[in-house]
Amino acid sequence: MPQASPRGGDAIDRRNLDWYIDKGVQVLVFIGGVSGILFVISIFVFITKEGLGFLTEQFSIGEFFGSPRWAPTSSHNPTYGALALIAGTASVTGLAMVIAVPFSLGAAIFIGEFATGKPREYLKVLVELLAAIPSVVWGFIGLSIMNPLIIKLFNVPVGLNVLNSGFILGLMAAPIMTTIAEDALKAVPDTYREAAEALGATRWQVILRVVIPAAKPGLLAAVLLGVGRGFGETMAVLMASGHSINLPTSVFDSVRALTATIAAELGETAVGSDHYRALFTLGIFLFVVTFVINLTADLVVRGIRRK
Amino acid sequence: MRNRLALGVVVLLVLACGRPSGERGGRALIQNKGSDTLVNVAQAWAEAYKEVNPNVGIAVTGGGSGTGISAMINGTVDLANASRKMKDKELEAARANGIEPVEFVVGFDALAVFVHPDNPVEGFTRAQLAEIYGEGGSVEGWDQLGLAIPGCDSNEIVRVSRQNNSGTYVYFQEAVLGKERDFKLGSRDMHGSKDVVDLVENTPCAIGYSGLAYANEHVKMPCVSTSDNGTCVFPSSETAIDGSYPIARPLLMYSAGQPQGIVKVYLDWILSDAAQCIIQDKGYAPVRAVSCG
Repeated sequence: MPQASPRGGDAIDRRNLDWYIDKGVQVLVFIGGVSGILFVISIFVFITKEGLGFLTEQFSIGEFFGSPRWAPTSSHNPTYGALALIAGTASVTGLAMVIAVPFSLGAAIFIGEFATGKPREYLKVLVELLAAIPSVVWGFIGLSIMNPLIIKLFNVPVGLNVLNSGFILGLMAAPIMTTIAEDALKAVPDTYREAAEALGATRWQVILRVVIPAAKPGLLAAVLLGVGRGFGETMAVLMASGHSINLPTSVFDSVRALTATIAAELGETAVGSDHYRALFTLGIFLFVVTFVINLTADLVVRGIRRK
Repeated sequence: MRNRLALGVVVLLVLACGRPSGERGGRALIQNKGSDTLVNVAQAWAEAYKEVNPNVGIAVTGGGSGTGISAMINGTVDLANASRKMKDKELEAARANGIEPVEFVVGFDALAVFVHPDNPVEGFTRAQLAEIYGEGGSVEGWDQLGLAIPGCDSNEIVRVSRQNNSGTYVYFQEAVLGKERDFKLGSRDMHGSKDVVDLVENTPCAIGYSGLAYANEHVKMPCVSTSDNGTCVFPSSETAIDGSYPIARPLLMYSAGQPQGIVKVYLDWILSDAAQCIIQDKGYAPVRAVSCG
């Protein structure tokens, strides 16, 4: 017991209900804090463990990345070429970005720089509401509305293709990109804008020459997170892409995404079979790609903060 | 899903204590395992049987025909569901364990070929279907079959198929392509029979296949013949039952030895009109024509 302030020390050290609540909350918050790390590590350990047998035994880099023939259930010649699946994911995500980047950057610039008052608040809420639409609903829109529309508009045999899923995915990735891009624009100090306006720049010149260059890393992070979103999306892509093993040569080709392949095939695969382990290998590949994308985005954002 | 299944299996093992048809608290339990094609029907039967005989519980697990058959060989199930016949090797293995599996046909699975209603096609031969769907197959355009389809300017045959481990996919492969031939890549692999029909319905260039019961009035079902001069048979419950439709298979249940007691009563009930209406309701053909309310 410290003698200097016996009353104070007594109050602090008394183990009453509040003290226990305090300790309890501390422990809970600590568990919450480290659980994120634990989950990521255990997920990675799990998918690696399940896919490892394939990686060490059957896996051939040439076949995996070089062959489009994904035929894991073939009785006499099973092959595990993921090239068509990777091309499918890449083409859909690529088109989604072509659609979403101008759309969401435009929206962010309008919300952040032009809109004021009530319309601005409404717009922000509406854009975030877009993110709340479940992906299966997006997929349903792709299947039942976009499919006949694309067939009619472009006179193509089938409307479940890169264009359909890319468009849907673009709309799905736009809200998160808009929100982050707007934050990045807002982080640009007003003194920059005031200085530019004092020099006689028009509003557009201020945005194009001053605000956007200053916010570039944040905008890049927004785009990267959108790409990560696109890579990981499953249900909507499964429903809208046509789910067809195909190296796409135009936006009207049906494709199949990595995520959709895992979703469609894992449920009925015998646990521990080559097919099962090959699907986990696809999972490892996806995990690594999205991890690198998110890490890059994070580093880019950190770059801005340090400045 | 898989975890739940695994948990279910564990629970069942604990319940059964490694012995089939145990008595637990006055309630008898029948172990029923196997084919994923049949699992929905088997579950519906088990559910409905609760009303018929509340004293008998049916524990249904899927896992595939192979899983059910190995459980039968090991003597851990009363009834094994299978969408294929037991192989000779498997029968021998069962006999070696003192089990004589007895086969019962509990329904039929007829796979209809679907095209868009605007498609003028009358019928397909099995060889034509194999050339359309099979790896290395030569038929890519409808004009190769002498057809021009209104609304399908590109002439491309849009192949609609199923994901590669569905029972329907495997059976279509066996019955149409032959066991040694794979599917041509680039088909639209839908995740359910209903999706196949929906896509064909909206796509003039498309061809697809699915269980007969998934058909609706917006798609056309051409007849299928086994050879160029064979008769072309339309899919129906009747042609599936009499075996004249070439892409139909029996759905089977194996019992360990001649069924006795509660297992016999359950099997008899499965072949009754009430239970056969359930299998028809689930999209398969019953063993005989039944009239359901």
